[in-house]
Amino acid sequence: MLALLTALTTLGVAGSAQAATTPCSPDDATACLNLTATVPGTGPVAGVALTVEGEGTTVAATTDAAGKAAVPLTVAGEYTVTVDESTLPAGTALKDPAANPATVTVALGRSAGRIVQVVPAGEAGAEPTTGAPTSGTTASPAPGASADADAGAEAEASAEASAGPGTNRYAQLLLAGTVFGVLLALASLGANLIYGTTGLSNFAHGELVTLGGMTAFMAVQWWHLPLWLAIVVATAAGGLAGWLLNTLLFAPLRRRGVGITQQMIVTIGLSLALLSAFLFFFGAQPAPIVSGISQRMQLGPVQISAQSLISVAIALVVLAAVAFTLARTRLGRATRAVSDNPALAAATGIKVESVISRVWVASAALASLGGVLLALYLNTTRFNFGSTLLLLMFAAITLGGLGSPLGAVLGALVIGLVVELSTLVLPSDMRYASALVILILVLLLRPQGILGRAERIG
Amino acid sequence: MDFGQLFTNVLNEMLGPTAIAYALAAIGLNFHFGLTGLINMGQAGFMLLGAYGFAIATVHGAPLWLAFLVAVAAAVVFALLLGLPTLKLRGDYLAIVTIAAAEIVRMVGRSTALTDVTGGSEGLTGNVFKHTFQDASPFPDDRWSLGPITLATNASNSWWLRIVGWTLVLLACLLVWRLIRSPWGRVLKGIREDEDAVRALGKNVYGYKLQALVLGGVFGALGGIVFVLASSVQADSLGRPVTFNTWTILLLGGAATVLGPVLGSLLFWGALIFVRGFLRGVVPPDALTVQQIEQIGWVLVGLTLMLLIVFRPQGILGDKKELAINAR
Repeated sequence: MLALLTALTTLGVAGSAQAATTPCSPDDATACLNLTATVPGTGPVAGVALTVEGEGTTVAATTDAAGKAAVPLTVAGEYTVTVDESTLPAGTALKDPAANPATVTVALGRSAGRIVQVVPAGEAGAEPTTGAPTSGTTASPAPGASADADAGAEAEASAEASAGPGTNRYAQLLLAGTVFGVLLALASLGANLIYGTTGLSNFAHGELVTLGGMTAFMAVQWWHLPLWLAIVVATAAGGLAGWLLNTLLFAPLRRRGVGITQQMIVTIGLSLALLSAFLFFFGAQPAPIVSGISQRMQLGPVQISAQSLISVAIALVVLAAVAFTLARTRLGRATRAVSDNPALAAATGIKVESVISRVWVASAALASLGGVLLALYLNTTRFNFGSTLLLLMFAAITLGGLGSPLGAVLGALVIGLVVELSTLVLPSDMRYASALVILILVLLLRPQGILGRAERIG
Repeated sequence: MDFGQLFTNVLNEMLGPTAIAYALAAIGLNFHFGLTGLINMGQAGFMLLGAYGFAIATVHGAPLWLAFLVAVAAAVVFALLLGLPTLKLRGDYLAIVTIAAAEIVRMVGRSTALTDVTGGSEGLTGNVFKHTFQDASPFPDDRWSLGPITLATNASNSWWLRIVGWTLVLLACLLVWRLIRSPWGRVLKGIREDEDAVRALGKNVYGYKLQALVLGGVFGALGGIVFVLASSVQADSLGRPVTFNTWTILLLGGAATVLGPVLGSLLFWGALIFVRGFLRGVVPPDALTVQQIEQIGWVLVGLTLMLLIVFRPQGILGDKKELAINAR
């Protein structure tokens, strides 16, 4: 594992250095923004991710071995430079956190500069750095400016996947994949229920996941609630959001007879609006629900944090509860009847609209709960945290079979394992891509998914 | 606040390379969605592949025409890869596969493993791939003014790029205008309205869908080239939101029309820059930061997309009777 990390770090630094060997030279149409990260008196800091944003563009940069990054810009104006503090070397912090982000004025034909001063953190170990330090990946948040939604969270690596010495790498990755899969199953189950009952692929499902993470973040960090209460609050907030979405938006659309494809495009618009609203309220920086790293326990050849263990336990209990509800209760039978054939269900006296309304509440609540647990697992949440996971969730439910709840769980486990195990052969910033390749292959070979029914593919 | 400056900015953006690039991408999407009824949610992937194809070919010494061909070929291959397996399935499968494929292209493009080829997440800067295009310009290196707008003649975000870009848009519109009225275009519209009926007439529906997907993807790639010729090739600048913006543009102007995508792009970027500039001038800077004002603009884009598809799916120029959106 350490060897892999070292290799990645070298790769990243080498890459940056390569990029920096084509220095930026200002001319009529180009301005240069030279960024330097340095520890005063000691030397340059490599691998610091910076985001330059303004005038309609966003550029991500990483400092090279000389601590420098040059960003060529083609439009004059004011740019904000944001340092991704999670990429600073472990045990260090910004000298002046208040000056991050900083605004720099850029004129064409000139060079502008900003020096980021890094100092050892006041109290060693208090710094909430995540598992993999400076692996050379850069994060460039902000969907708006350059319209790139998902860069940020891809750099987030789970602590579980990057275990220290004393662990078996394969066993550790298997564990990480299973944990991720279970949590992903919880988050994606709701999208599958919605698809089953209404036929709608909800592209705003990722934002419901973000909503859960962000509500928990607010509850713990702003209102100082205990974590368990924050989880309850976030789940309730999700349920409320689901009820509102159905009552105010999708129920009227169904009454108007708006087609399922239009409804899908509505969810895309909704997702874009919500994503930008999250960025508006919370900014682009990571928002960890609990700061500090939770204690890790050694279980045979693997390590797991108490936080992840509790997350998985909650997820398994909730998944079992949902399975029981679907299988044994009146509401569950009604839900399955509606997903089978809404017209026939209505004819047998089931109130289809009321079932769909409850499914929306349950779906959004599950997504929010999944969001909190995934945020605890990935150590942080961020405005685009859910939208990054959206396609993984789609992959999970498509893989398992659209509309089949048990399939969604199976599919999520497969996706979780693929995501984590792919880091054995692929660079870690491509792990989500590997899951999407699986998605496309499944659609190619078995479009109804593992447990789906063939008639659904039309 | 300075309204003169604001309107200059709006005008500059409406005529600028971003609007051109999005107009081309929306023309491509019009082939997919407006004519054939295909839900392509990965137009940004076509744009990004076009951009990478053009830039990487140029970096490796290809002349301008070859770089263009590489970009077009990349889009064709991508369309075939996506279309062959999915066009026989229901419509929302194509949506999920295209959005996933576009994300794969972006993730692979920004990966540190490919830094030597794609520049990783920092991308390829303008000075390594713009020279062939700028050298092809007939103008002297200078700065020209037209009304309130002053730009370089050749470098980067230039008059030369605007002239070439709008010429491309004009040619694309002519092509769409001819094709819509051709037997080929009528078959596409037939597929959009009722696939089974067209199949019953003995047409190869699958083949026609594939042709539409490839053609629309090529226009996406051209849009991607224009987009990066004004800035740099950076994977994250052509992500999912770019696809969503393109959809908004197409639905705003009017799907299945010749000039709808162009009008949509002009209005979209004009309105966005106007809202931002206006809010920046009106709202005191301590109330909202510049970034927050930008986000307000994007929230409005999302709401526009939602309202358009529900209340006016035909957009400004479209014919409501013609455009029945059915999932297939």
